[in-house]
Amino acid sequence: MNELAVPLNHLLFLSGLLFSIGMLGVMIRRNIIFILMSIEVMLNACALAFVGAGAHWGQPDGQVMYVMILSIAAAEVAVGLGLVLQIQRRFKTLDMDQANRMRG
Amino acid sequence: MLETTIFYISAAVALAATILAMTRTNAIHALIYLIVSLLAIAVIFFVVGAPFAAALEVVIYAGAIMVLFVFVIMMLNLGEEGDARERKWLEPSIWIGPATLSVVLLIELIFLIGSVEGQVSQGVVSAKMVGISLFGPYVLAVELASMLLLAGMVGAFHLGRRLLEKRA
Repeated sequence: MNELAVPLNHLLFLSGLLFSIGMLGVMIRRNIIFILMSIEVMLNACALAFVGAGAHWGQPDGQVMYVMILSIAAAEVAVGLGLVLQIQRRFKTLDMDQANRMRG
Repeated sequence: MLETTIFYISAAVALAATILAMTRTNAIHALIYLIVSLLAIAVIFFVVGAPFAAALEVVIYAGAIMVLFVFVIMMLNLGEEGDARERKWLEPSIWIGPATLSVVLLIELIFLIGSVEGQVSQGVVSAKMVGISLFGPYVLAVELASMLLLAGMVGAFHLGRRLLEKRA
């Protein structure tokens, strides 16, 4: 381990910044497609923190958690995009403020 | 030294591409920026010694999941009026409050992370080590992931099937 290696806290800075950009995306967008994309960014930022911490300790556990996050993201996107198609068909819009009633 | 430079360049690319993706009005443009961001993160994974995670990032995230997004956006057929509507929805007056408060939280987070010591080690955590760990102590998590994927598949099939029946 030499002093020219990447510091762990810079990697965690990047992860935190990406997570906040994703969270801002969830808050400022009203289109559900963009909200799903922002959730992907947030999941990816978490995965970056896990892999970085795993690399810091030299253990494979971080990458194991990365595989878990990947499967969660895949399942979430499959169901989410199915819901997007249903919302578009039922409400004729992707605006989430229009789809705020339980019995559409 | 080379690894460190590559890390900072790809970190800048990832941040810029993500910010651009979040502020686009055209969904396909945003998606392409998002793919660039995911590829930059794959480079970071490779640099910090996680080649298996880097390969999965390219194949599953930038490949499969983003292709799913592209298909759905093509099915929705948003067009030009969707572009103009998005621009109207992106007014600062709506989101400036929550954005300011979450930036305050981000500054606190960065302040706390700043005290973390240590480096990302130069050693490579190989795919073999990940596989041994995945099917050794974490085998229950693999089972949970398989159940989650099955549930996701059934859910997506259910939501999509009703759509196809109504259309026929």
